[in-house]
Amino acid sequence: MQDRLKELQAEALEKVAAAADLKELNDVRVSYLGKKGPITEVLKGMGKLSAEERPKMGALANEVRDAISGQIEIKQKELEEAAVQKQLAAEQIDVTLPGRPVKTGSHHPLTSIIEEIEDLFIGMGYTVEEGPEVEKDYYNFEALNLPKGHPARDMQDSFYITEETLMRTHTSPVQARTMEKHQGKGPVKIICPGKVYRRDNDDATHSHQFMQIEGLVVDENVRMSDLKGTLEVFAKKMFGEDREIRLRPSFFPFTEPSVEMDISCKICGGSGCSVCKGTGWIEILGAGMVHPNVLEMAGYDSKKYTGFAFGMGPERIAMLKYGVDDIRHFYTNDVRFLKQFSIEE
Amino acid sequence: MLVSYKWLQEFIDLEGVSAEELAEKITKSGIEVEGVDKLNEGLSGVVVGHVLECDKHPNAEKLNKTLVDLGNGETVQIICGAANVGKGQKVAVATVGAVLPGNFKIKKAKLRGEESHGMICSLQELGIEGKLAPKEFAEGIYNFTPDTEIGQDALAVLNRDDEILELGLTPNRADAMSMLGVAYEVGAILGKEIKLPNPQPETSAEQASDYISVNVEAKEDNPLYVAKVIKNVKVGPSPVWLQTRLMAAGIRPHNNIVDITNYILLEYGQPLHAFDYDKFGSKEILVRRANDGEVIETLDDVKRTLTPDHLVITNGTEPVALAGVMGGANSEVGNDTTTVLLESAYFTGGAIRKASKDHGLRSEASSRYEKGVDPERVRPAAERAAELMIELAGGEILGGVVEADSLDVKPAVVSTTIQKINKVLGTELEMNQVEEIFARLKFETTVDNDTITVTVPTRRGDITIEEDLVEEVGRLFGYDNLPTTLPVGPSTPGHLSDYQEKRRIVRRFMEGAGLYQAVTYSLTSAEKATQYALEQREPVQLAMPMSEDRSLLRLSIVPQLLEVLKYNIARQNDSVAVYETGAVFLKNGEDELPEEREHLAAAITGLWESHPWQGEKKPVDFFVLKGIVEGLSAKLGLDSQLGFQKAELDGLHPGRTAEILLNGTVIGFIGQVHPTMQKALDLKETYVFELSLKALLEAETAPLQYTAIPRFPSITRDIALVVEKDTAAGNLKRVITEAGGTLLKEVQVFDLYEGEKMEPGKKSIAFSLKYFDPEKTLTDEDIAKAHNKVLKALEEQAGAVLRG
Ligand SMILES: [Zn+2]
Repeated sequence: MQDRLKELQAEALEKVAAAADLKELNDVRVSYLGKKGPITEVLKGMGKLSAEERPKMGALANEVRDAISGQIEIKQKELEEAAVQKQLAAEQIDVTLPGRPVKTGSHHPLTSIIEEIEDLFIGMGYTVEEGPEVEKDYYNFEALNLPKGHPARDMQDSFYITEETLMRTHTSPVQARTMEKHQGKGPVKIICPGKVYRRDNDDATHSHQFMQIEGLVVDENVRMSDLKGTLEVFAKKMFGEDREIRLRPSFFPFTEPSVEMDISCKICGGSGCSVCKGTGWIEILGAGMVHPNVLEMAGYDSKKYTGFAFGMGPERIAMLKYGVDDIRHFYTNDVRFLKQFSIEE
Repeated sequence: MLVSYKWLQEFIDLEGVSAEELAEKITKSGIEVEGVDKLNEGLSGVVVGHVLECDKHPNAEKLNKTLVDLGNGETVQIICGAANVGKGQKVAVATVGAVLPGNFKIKKAKLRGEESHGMICSLQELGIEGKLAPKEFAEGIYNFTPDTEIGQDALAVLNRDDEILELGLTPNRADAMSMLGVAYEVGAILGKEIKLPNPQPETSAEQASDYISVNVEAKEDNPLYVAKVIKNVKVGPSPVWLQTRLMAAGIRPHNNIVDITNYILLEYGQPLHAFDYDKFGSKEILVRRANDGEVIETLDDVKRTLTPDHLVITNGTEPVALAGVMGGANSEVGNDTTTVLLESAYFTGGAIRKASKDHGLRSEASSRYEKGVDPERVRPAAERAAELMIELAGGEILGGVVEADSLDVKPAVVSTTIQKINKVLGTELEMNQVEEIFARLKFETTVDNDTITVTVPTRRGDITIEEDLVEEVGRLFGYDNLPTTLPVGPSTPGHLSDYQEKRRIVRRFMEGAGLYQAVTYSLTSAEKATQYALEQREPVQLAMPMSEDRSLLRLSIVPQLLEVLKYNIARQNDSVAVYETGAVFLKNGEDELPEEREHLAAAITGLWESHPWQGEKKPVDFFVLKGIVEGLSAKLGLDSQLGFQKAELDGLHPGRTAEILLNGTVIGFIGQVHPTMQKALDLKETYVFELSLKALLEAETAPLQYTAIPRFPSITRDIALVVEKDTAAGNLKRVITEAGGTLLKEVQVFDLYEGEKMEPGKKSIAFSLKYFDPEKTLTDEDIAKAHNKVLKALEEQAGAVLRG
């Protein structure tokens, strides 16, 4: 009997080792360890054994069972592992193939510039004001200290619609309108972006339609040094912390004193290059202290109130910032151009 | 204004200040110097030579063989192609080794077998523009006057060893349109004294009043007219110093008399005009407005028809000059002129500007009058010119004064306080610093405690109010020296308006959906202005457009976007998806502003999605674009308010177009561009929509409110319906929703079949209906009750039967 058990163990282990898949292995389990299996059969003959031998034989039978089932378990793990490996091997992909593109569009570069400026000034307590693109001569010129016949009207030849209405030539009328709305009371802190129009032939540096963004602060104690500080914050945010600014006297009918702001040239670091025409400085915007006539016309007491205003061209800023060489790119909307600005900076 | 650095030194000591440094200082304190032009940059080795011999080249018809004395003991043979070269001339010779503009190096050469040791130069070859060269030398080589010493540096003789500062003048700084004005400015910047000319010409006993009288009818346009008569002048070329100063300032030399008037214009900023007295035609100057239709032939040989808007100088009967703009051809000074009638006048800007504009004539004179000249320089300028005429053209100045003077100009007296200055600038200046600045400007001041009163000279007509004084202080104190501060007033909350906030959400949504933002022109052609207009109105039209293509304001954005598509397709960008937000313009009454309504529009063409190696190519279609509109309305919380209804609109495919409704009101359209239009624009299948963004963003939305997530399971019933082919899914959905009651929470189309298995004229459309009750688990009976109502309504209202 003992021999028979040993024999069965050897036979079973051989079959376990030979099992090619989980099904075969299961067959081995059923045929050797099942209730109708040979080991059970053998144990049925236990009655013939002596009381002394019986427990020994029982223990041996259990040993044989354990040995077989142990091996089956090991083998099963092996086979399962092999099956997983086989599946994985069959499921190889080429990870270098391109992924499924996510459909994305993007902001127009001018919108990016305008929103960046808006957000900067919102952070400093400004609100965003907009106004009509077709304006009254009054708001576009007269309220800004540019009466009819003023020589400076030549500076910005305009598209008139009727005697009294025209395509606005700057976003400054929004300032006049906003001040008027505040009825002579402060503070006013606004930023005004929008489209403007001038009689220019479209070429690499001119466009009959372009964007402008202007700022205005009116209050009881607004100083030119505040303008300087504000513009410095702006310049460093837009063009980099290491940029220097310089204010140069200039002339605008609606401000007095008037200045233009230059920033130090990023390309040459101030030593002079073709971008800055050898001066080391690049003109960015016009600004000044609001002219008392402008304040008075909008209903402010210019003895009590002062203000500063500044205005700039997003196209020019975008051209400087991104190195765009032709203003027409902003209006032809070539997708190869637009796509380049989908990167969030 | 072009300012000669050398000339400027006649008025102010510039020792230790280079032209470059000066430019920088001028720019920082008031006038932008746009460039500094070194006249002899890249030029060397040019000397004054004497042409000893000049013969025809033996082998070349058009060349001359010359022998030139270079003045250094060397005499060389030079082959010269200029027709005007001749024996005895003093000429500019680029010697062997010389460098001319454009890095042109002069070498020894052999021309048609004859040696040439250098080149005889024209002014152009020395870097002077042809249009500035004196007429007689414009086509050939330049001749120095016979007394010019040979062997010396020709560039120095021609004053090319100078630097020119290009001032970019703003309209307020008319004072700097003269050398004297620039000298005052530089004096203020550098804190230096300036030397002014002090003309005191001798006059003859003969009285000018015997020769001429002045009568000004148009006193408002011409408050001061000064006339001088200079007899026995000899007209001829000006000396080289005068010619070169004019050329460096951009003015062509003519003859000594005309050149002197131009020279004084540059020096004093006062335009002058010289008439040939003998051709003047009378002894009376009459200044008046022109008669309607009156004609004058100006110096440029153009006959000009005048109107009473224009001011003329006449001899009592006919015009001899278009005042302040250009003289008449009939009284022009020429080589035979012996008596000069000199005009120095103060014309006001208005009439001059009008004449200059109407006749397209912008002269050195008119541009100065337009911006305003200094009335106090009218007389000294005339004196100085007369003095120079005696000096350079001989003759005598007749005595006495002939003028018409109704001038009433007084220097402006403006006051301000030290507090005002510091308040505006943000500085802490002391009064003595302010006084010092005005002293540098040569403005007279008086100080009374904190108040300073400034008498502003007439040359600075731009200074009229307190703030102008603040600016003078600020700019000369230096904006670099201003403190840097931020506004200190009450704090204000910075924010976008609700509308602006939502507009940004719309843009982000559109971009996230895969569209690029375009910005197009508002001005368009008559054809495109009204195409695809949501609301047809007569478009707003420019009074004077620059071109037909940009003559009216758009009523819609779609035509502009189609243009963008066309542009891209023509450049092999085959799949394009763009959107734009912007105003369209709806005309109101005359002189009323149009209504500007913000629209949102999009256009898509080509492939919508593609993943080539997986074989996926999804072209754009109606539902791609509709999905975007639906997604956008959901994003804005408006999906329950938005609807679509089939429509036929111009320019769109009649079977694939819908109107977009917001609470039943049409706010836009969506559809395929009409195939005819597509073809005309070279577009493949293209879909567009445009809607009133204003309507969309101003619609009321319910405040965001949490609804409980259902605790009980929902039950789904799918139904496939057979309906007439033209039955709209939207209509079926409405019927289902209305009949389903409160338990029916969701209805979705999940299948559409129009294939051959259907009876002709029919289609099958399948819906998935989701029922649930937030309070309990639904029983079969609960659902059956609701569901049967739905089926009944579908049959009764839409003739829909369940598909077997
Ligand atoms: Zn640079």
